[in-house]
Amino acid sequence: MKSESRLEKVFTAGRFAVTCELGPPQSSNPETIKKKAEYCLGKVDGVNITDNQTAIVRMSSIAAGVIAMSCGLEPIMQMVCRDRNRIAMQSDILGAAGLGIKNILCLSGDHQKFGNHPEAKNVFDIDSTQLIAMVKRMRDDKQFLSGDRIKDHEPKLFIGAVANPFADPFEFRVMRLAKKIEAGADFIQTQCIFDIDRFGEWMKLVVKAGLHKKVYILAGLTPVRSHRALQYMKNEVAGMSIPDELIKRMESSKDAKEEGVKICLEMIEKVKKMEGVAGIHLMPIGWESITPVILERAGLLPRTEV
Amino acid sequence: MLYTENKPIDEILESLGDEKNIFLLACDGCADVCETGGQKALLEVKAELEKAGKNISGTALVDFLCNKILVATRLAREAESLQKADSVLALTCGIGVQAVAKVVDKVVHPAANTVSLGGLHGLWPAEELCQACGQCVLDYTGGICPIAFCAKHLLNGPCGGSQDGKCEVDKDTDCAWQLIYDRLKSLDKLDSLARIIEAKDWQQSTSVEQRKIKFTKAML
Repeated sequence: MKSESRLEKVFTAGRFAVTCELGPPQSSNPETIKKKAEYCLGKVDGVNITDNQTAIVRMSSIAAGVIAMSCGLEPIMQMVCRDRNRIAMQSDILGAAGLGIKNILCLSGDHQKFGNHPEAKNVFDIDSTQLIAMVKRMRDDKQFLSGDRIKDHEPKLFIGAVANPFADPFEFRVMRLAKKIEAGADFIQTQCIFDIDRFGEWMKLVVKAGLHKKVYILAGLTPVRSHRALQYMKNEVAGMSIPDELIKRMESSKDAKEEGVKICLEMIEKVKKMEGVAGIHLMPIGWESITPVILERAGLLPRTEV
Repeated sequence: MLYTENKPIDEILESLGDEKNIFLLACDGCADVCETGGQKALLEVKAELEKAGKNISGTALVDFLCNKILVATRLAREAESLQKADSVLALTCGIGVQAVAKVVDKVVHPAANTVSLGGLHGLWPAEELCQACGQCVLDYTGGICPIAFCAKHLLNGPCGGSQDGKCEVDKDTDCAWQLIYDRLKSLDKLDSLARIIEAKDWQQSTSVEQRKIKFTKAML
């Protein structure tokens, strides 16, 4: 085992993994996290704690991760390259591991233009691929990026990265995934899947390149409550592909919430059948209470201990 | 004035790789003043490459390599030797490399790093930009600069926000990495994107380095 991560154990045991997203509050209130934690406690193998998602200031992913951990959950700490340089990042990696965090998800990060501080200067000292390589170097080579030795207690983190099969250039997306794996990614979380055909096409290329044998892939899924949510994502969120039929289906449904759940359940069934998919990552944006419902109906509960 | 410093010859040779026939193009503007371009540097680099077993298919000296019209006019006279070349080595600043890459259908390797943009410059408007990061990667990115044109200065490919060729930050702006991908595809050099570019040494960038430039009389 590369780490002491429960998620790694689930993957290596060959179980279909389930993780979900937990967004920290725009305040210092720990109760918000505890409330969201209740919905997923005992039902997922890890909770992904976002790092100032869409560049909106929130409680730090380390702090929120530690609070989630106190509730009995295993956090996956997100770290983006937008806000910190390599010194601050390595310092926070040591701190996070020191506090008991065992998983990290490395991303470039949304541009600050989309957040509530568009005036900010971004950092991007290193990019997501370089961040992955840096964490691996700290863990496996016991070295900082500078080459200086970590004398003891190297951070034993299970390393995650993201992939977006819906961004362009499409043909480059598999090559970019291969680079992230070469840099040291142990698992991959994809962008929200609505365009299942394009996801299937991408997975075929991933399997053809043999990448599914080198990394565990979590298919990202987002249940939605209304067709407006889909329309918003289609028009406003970068790197999304949302088929019109899906919007029409939600719009014409008498019970949109139930339709949203059904669509998500159908997606789970479809990705489970795809070669190379090792689990799902649920991102019920603003609808955390639906997580246990979906997992129950999908037959993914109870989560057995590993 | 764009201040440049020579890349080490070993780095240039590594970048040229298996390419045997090289066309040398030197700038006689700012780069001449910095001794990274001009006739003298051109002859020195030619000798170094020949020593390393390369064949120089042709050479040209152009007043300002950042001016695409001047470059195209001058290279029209070198069509044959340019045709024979596997690639072009440009003895110029980052803007010069980008301008040459827009004119020729070959990989254009930078022979220098641009370290500062101090003093008077900008004689004509152009879309090529250089941020003087001091570690030029334009050969790897097909002559399109990810430091200047990518909103996140990414070095290992486009972020997840690149869609339909546009940048997530501004739908009217091309995604730099889409341009890089298209350019390398047209040159049949997509393989070069598989290489992981390591964390950059920002000590070489303009914000740090320009204070340390040693001005010679010829420069001022």
